Amino acid sequence: MAISFAGAFAGHDKALEFRSARAAILANNIANADTPNYKARDVSFDAAFSDEMKRLQLQGTNDRHFAHAAESDVSGDLLYRNPEQPSLDGNTVDMQREQAEYAQNSMQFDTSFMFLDRKISGMRKALTGN
Amino acid sequence: MSLSNIFTISGSAMSAQTVRLNTIASNMANVDSAASSADQTYRARKPVFSQMMNNSMRDRGWQNTKLDETGAGVGVQVQAIVESDAPLQPRYEPDHPMANEEGYVFYPNVNPMEEMADMMSASRSFQTNVEIMNSAKSMMQKMLTLGQS
Repeated sequence: MAISFAGAFAGHDKALEFRSARAAILANNIANADTPNYKARDVSFDAAFSDEMKRLQLQGTNDRHFAHAAESDVSGDLLYRNPEQPSLDGNTVDMQREQAEYAQNSMQFDTSFMFLDRKISGMRKALTGN
Repeated sequence: MSLSNIFTISGSAMSAQTVRLNTIASNMANVDSAASSADQTYRARKPVFSQMMNNSMRDRGWQNTKLDETGAGVGVQVQAIVESDAPLQPRYEPDHPMANEEGYVFYPNVNPMEEMADMMSASRSFQTNVEIMNSAKSMMQKMLTLGQS
């Protein structure tokens, strides 16, 4: 049985990409917390995930089947956040919420990172045999 | 790599907040700067923040990830520093060396309470951006150790 990196990583490499891109968007929200008329933005993981699902690799049962290249870039649509408390200057950044989302996002980044790290050390263990 | 974008984003926010703190310091320092005419009087200054968009960053040679091209901004910039239109405070002080013919001295329209509240907000925002930058730094350092254990 052939080991493929794509199979072994189970999308966690893409998840890292998504998490770091989302961290930049949340950092931008926090940076613009005092900008008048700035609208807070975020990406939806569901949207990015369903985009990924559409690109799932097809099983090749014959040599002449085309290998569907699972080429992907995480590019979920950028959405606008619904403000919970309207502010006078038209800014929709809720600092507490953004900080919480940022903290959660970086925890999820760590989770994906940990998964990848363990997977790589497992593969190395299988290769070296000790 | 969008994690390194966070450095420019938080960095721009930190420098914008520094400009804000500077204007506050200038306003507080001039709170009692009297003048003999209305045009010469110091007026409270406020920075106007605006979102830094990709184009302005690209003009300066920054590369962005694909996700950013869909419209996320890349930081904050100080667009202008405006002077407050609030009425000045004329005070009747005939003994003041700056007093005009009618004996009036003009004092700036700086509101110290407002400036103090603004200062707290600016320094909090600055701190938050420092934390964001620190956490992005630890995420990047972690990325470098991928597969080493």
